[in-house]
Amino acid sequence: MSSLEKVATPQPRKPWAPTPIDQAKTAGIVAASTLISLLLILVSPLSGKLAFVVLFSIAYLIIDFAVSYAKAGRSAAVDSLFRGLVTTAILIAVTPIVSILFTVWIRGHKGLHWTLFTKDMHNNAFTDPVNQGGLLHAIIGTFLLVIFAMIISVPIGILTALYLTEVRGRFTRPIEFLVQAMSGVPSIVAGLFIYAAILIPFTKTVNGIQGSLALAILMIPTVARTSQEVLKLIPSDLREAGVALGGTQWRSVALVVVPAARSGLITAMILGVARVAGETAPILLLTGGSGTKNFNVFSGSLGSLPNYIWQAFGAGTPESITRAWAGILVLLVIVVILFTAARILGNRKVGKK
Amino acid sequence: MSIESADNQGDEMETTIQKSSLSDISAARAQKQPGSNALGVGLEARGVHAWFGEKHVLENVSLDFWPGSVTALIGPSGCGKSTFIRTLNRMHEFIPGAAMAGEVLLNGEDIYAAGVDVTKIRLKVGMVFQKPNPFPSMTIAENVLAGLKLAQLKVEKKDELLEECLERAGLWSEVKDRLNTHGGALSGGQQQRLCIARALAVRPQVLLMDEPCSALDPGSTLRIEETISQLSSSVTIVIVTHNMQQAARVSDYTAFFLSDGGPGQMVEVGSTNDIFSRPKDQRTENYVTGRFG
Amino acid sequence: MSSTITQAPAEIPAKREISTKPRLSDRVFRGVVTSGGLSSLVILGLILIFLLFNGYSTLKSQGLHFLTSSNWQAAVNDAGQFDAKNSHFGIAAMLIGTMIVAVIAVIIGVPISVGAAIYLTFYAPAFVKRVMVSAIDLMAAFPSVLFGLWGFFVLESSGEYWAKLINKFFSWIPIFQLPAPYVNRSPFIAGLVLAVMIIPIVTSISREIFSQTPLDRIQAAYALGGTRFAMLRAVAFPYARSGIVGGIMLGLGRAMGETVAVYTVLNIVYQVNWHILFSAGGNVASMILLKFGDASPYEIKALMAAGLVLFILTLIVNSLANLIVARTGKSGR
Repeated sequence: MSSLEKVATPQPRKPWAPTPIDQAKTAGIVAASTLISLLLILVSPLSGKLAFVVLFSIAYLIIDFAVSYAKAGRSAAVDSLFRGLVTTAILIAVTPIVSILFTVWIRGHKGLHWTLFTKDMHNNAFTDPVNQGGLLHAIIGTFLLVIFAMIISVPIGILTALYLTEVRGRFTRPIEFLVQAMSGVPSIVAGLFIYAAILIPFTKTVNGIQGSLALAILMIPTVARTSQEVLKLIPSDLREAGVALGGTQWRSVALVVVPAARSGLITAMILGVARVAGETAPILLLTGGSGTKNFNVFSGSLGSLPNYIWQAFGAGTPESITRAWAGILVLLVIVVILFTAARILGNRKVGKK
Repeated sequence: MSIESADNQGDEMETTIQKSSLSDISAARAQKQPGSNALGVGLEARGVHAWFGEKHVLENVSLDFWPGSVTALIGPSGCGKSTFIRTLNRMHEFIPGAAMAGEVLLNGEDIYAAGVDVTKIRLKVGMVFQKPNPFPSMTIAENVLAGLKLAQLKVEKKDELLEECLERAGLWSEVKDRLNTHGGALSGGQQQRLCIARALAVRPQVLLMDEPCSALDPGSTLRIEETISQLSSSVTIVIVTHNMQQAARVSDYTAFFLSDGGPGQMVEVGSTNDIFSRPKDQRTENYVTGRFG
Repeated sequence: MSSTITQAPAEIPAKREISTKPRLSDRVFRGVVTSGGLSSLVILGLILIFLLFNGYSTLKSQGLHFLTSSNWQAAVNDAGQFDAKNSHFGIAAMLIGTMIVAVIAVIIGVPISVGAAIYLTFYAPAFVKRVMVSAIDLMAAFPSVLFGLWGFFVLESSGEYWAKLINKFFSWIPIFQLPAPYVNRSPFIAGLVLAVMIIPIVTSISREIFSQTPLDRIQAAYALGGTRFAMLRAVAFPYARSGIVGGIMLGLGRAMGETVAVYTVLNIVYQVNWHILFSAGGNVASMILLKFGDASPYEIKALMAAGLVLFILTLIVNSLANLIVARTGKSGR
């Protein structure tokens, strides 16, 4: 063969992709399952959207199984049954997310107004009309709580992860074990601990830093475990390369390992923050729920979004419940913004390498 | 499909080979270079192209594989030979963004035709990978029979099949006393022969080997090469290799692949003897004499 | 060392100690990292000490009754002071309630999570995968108070529908019976909310593990003519098994310690209730929150003891999880 005879390049194709016939078949199965489940709902005592969804899934799985069985035998049928099951699982897993986001918007947007971000609640009660007062104090409080919790927990968490992956001293196994155990500490227990260790013997009253300490306890295992997972994925030849080039372990970790894991460490931080930003139980025990702005975490009752939501929900009138949903909407938006920002940041770092 | 039918096919294959053995095949080999005439039996690639996303990596390869022969695919890295071998049992499509064109005929039927059950294709066209990859959660015996379990094939005499496959892979005498231990304890070369035994257990018609020795030491490589020679009477073998001496030692036919920056092409194919002693193409000569690559 | 081997032609030399003295910077580095690593030990130890210190008087006066009785009464005498003699503190009902809701959550949540993780790793097209992974990771960041309110206002109604349905068809199983026709705010619904809460955790851990399944083994399985399901069974499940057990246990721990969502959704009644569809229940964490608000300093000591029990319980669950992981991990990888 030579380059003289130039053959036209054919179009690339993907013979393994579903053909129109396959798609028609899927559509047929969907139509049949819909029909059967509608019929069942008509003739049986089952009723409602939920019942339809369930019947539909079951009908789909059965018909799909039968069709594959007829076409390609048992192992293919089991394969497509399993595919159907895991698809159902993912749909069930995402349904609450959609429902939650939808609910928060529908119920929360009625409580939104601009003074929400400029006023606090020191002149208002939760039962007042929704357009009075605001949650500036709560937003400030939540930011302070989370920032101080991060300052305490991120260094400890990452150091723990470095100990587990880089130093690997004689406590590696016990510490791995303890970090795992620590991740199971319920938030209320963390609250009780700070209450017992700091509030009862020393301060005897509520303040912000107590809340941050409790949140830090909850954050450390998340940060440590996620960072450890990330650091583990750094190939060990990278470390060896660092050391073999004559670097000390400290320099190899600081200049090779940590930068390579940077995006993962950021993700670890976010997961930690996400774990605690809306944490309510310890806040209720430790920080108080002032309706006035407070910039000092070391003294005075500190309002926060979870606390605001909790009080508003507890007040139980239509106005206060709308306030609670508006508070949740704001908390959720903050969480989403943090989440997205950190994702983008983390991804960009990876891309730059 | 049950193993019986696969078995029968295997027998048919063997009888085909026996019927036409010696005189016929050697006559055929003498007069007919692998080319583009339909054989109607065995494995034939017809104008195969491959893409990864927008990148055209393999251009218009047509190649026949004689039943019972060993064909070596040689060429520098990135010339598309591994991509090509993966189109032969439809492993190509696992890479995201992959696309192809052309046909691959197995016993005269296009394995890419609509409605073809891809798992059945892979039962007939087995594959051994670059790195030995036995299943670590299974024992040696379970590993050999894993293909039967995966494809849910029933087999009557498991022990006989087990022994036969390990024997053919040249591993039986080394592992017969520890069939129920985990495969991870074997050496790299033994693991690779275990993978060959595993591939043989479903009685494939063709065995694709993608640089099977590149992760092994010279001693193990030699053992694998012996195994290949012994297998070649019963299975069609296609082997990708970087190692030209290996190609010269084990193969009947050799195809030389090359990419000049664009998509990889098959430059030349012929009997191994011809390719190494009288290549027609200057580029082939440069490569086999070690001037580049 | 070779005195017994008389034939030994040459003495085997003693092993040399390879002694590279780490440089100062490395010693400082190791010191700092080690002390950071030990923090978890310190914190867990302090939690234990402080809760024990505060809860000790209650535990001493109540003895084993603290765990076995379901009577919680902080008595006050005529002078308005705490009356230790007539006070009773027992958390059995809440302990059982904790287990009930957490187990319901795991039974419902885990199959969904693992299935979702398998779909995302091995089935989903790239675009779908990206969207769904982000959505599920985001859900992990939802605060528990949000799950509580959502459960209270939204899930409640469909939960009641399911509860009635289950009661209708399965009331021959004791736990699905109803002593009275009230199915709202039941342990079942609390379990549903907790299931939704642990789904993102278990899903993302399982997905992480599944995605690390070695590609060469996956290819080997496909090359042997396996379907996707056959590949999963031969390669991915054995590989991921131990890690997923870890993820499930993490979910269980989270469900056992959940406070606010359970408090919001569940009708907290201080009694042992095995009828999971019936409107009564509670867990230790939500009980602590419920009683904390207007508790006297003495009752707070009792609540500290309850917190200690909850703490130890979650520690045990996590430790058991670790043991299981360690044992199954050997053959898995």
